[in-house]
Amino acid sequence: MIRGLIGRKLGMTQVFAEDGTVVPVTVLEVGPCVVTQVKTEERDGYKAVQLGFGERKEKNVNKPLKGHMQKALQSSGRKSYFSVLREFRVEDTEPFEVGREIRVEDVFQIGERVDVTGRSKGRGFSGTIKRWGFSRGPMTHGCKNIREPGSTGCATFPGRVIKGKKMPGHYGDERVTVLNLKIVDVRPEDNVVLVKGAVPGARNGIVLIRKTNRVK
Amino acid sequence: MGFDVIEKIERDHMRLDIPDFRVGDTVRVHTKIREGDKERIQVFEGVVLRKHRGRTNATFTVRKVSYGIGVERIFPLHSPQIDKIEVIRRGRVRRARLYYLRGRIGKAARIREKL
Repeated sequence: MIRGLIGRKLGMTQVFAEDGTVVPVTVLEVGPCVVTQVKTEERDGYKAVQLGFGERKEKNVNKPLKGHMQKALQSSGRKSYFSVLREFRVEDTEPFEVGREIRVEDVFQIGERVDVTGRSKGRGFSGTIKRWGFSRGPMTHGCKNIREPGSTGCATFPGRVIKGKKMPGHYGDERVTVLNLKIVDVRPEDNVVLVKGAVPGARNGIVLIRKTNRVK
Repeated sequence: MGFDVIEKIERDHMRLDIPDFRVGDTVRVHTKIREGDKERIQVFEGVVLRKHRGRTNATFTVRKVSYGIGVERIFPLHSPQIDKIEVIRRGRVRRARLYYLRGRIGKAARIREKL
């Protein structure tokens, strides 16, 4: 079976575990995803399944994509075009045909561990304190280096700044994966999964959730 | 749209059997405590100092004076570890947060009863 699905981050909250402890959770809307393409060893050189998720207005879909999604829409009975298409590798493409719908409960169970990939919030041009966790200088006694990056290296030798030196620059808006999050709850009636802990990205951000291949 | 789903999840984790009590009331909170594999009930009785509103994150603070030392405990309102809450006495107070009680002892820390 497939190891992951496409989803959307809805936000965070907290719930009570059975023993009464409070668990911080992220609520993810996961699926239902529709198979839009099956990639086979003979045709494409590898085995994968392409899934579609979300909705997009017809006027915002270009013709090549429309043609690509057409078959999946017809055989699944969906009205709207997909906003996201992503591929997932599978061991065996046999059970998948274009237009098949895959729901949360088909893939994820309570207690499983998953990896969640998202696009982190963009923070623009940030200083070293926010971007790299540098410490701040003293606030008083006439100090002027409150948020400065400090020294960037040595003296005449080597006479240059070492490559990779942590400096201010663009931070965020990049692909980030958090590993080994526990699934606290699966609610098929809302297509929702509760995952323990935080997940990269803003609300309504697209996330990929995959069964983890970390050993417990 | 996502907010309705979150609200629904939170509703499911809330308790509906909590009695109505207010700041200034004296309550007896029965909490379940696990020791190994035995479970017993512990009672904490005192004045409700504050209520922090919310859904699953709602809490309330209870203060009592135990052997001359003030003890405050913050309980999650909807925690399944709370067995029951009894209201012993309704108090008449004029503010929402009774932090002024912390500086008072004995007679000065009394609260008028609401009749």
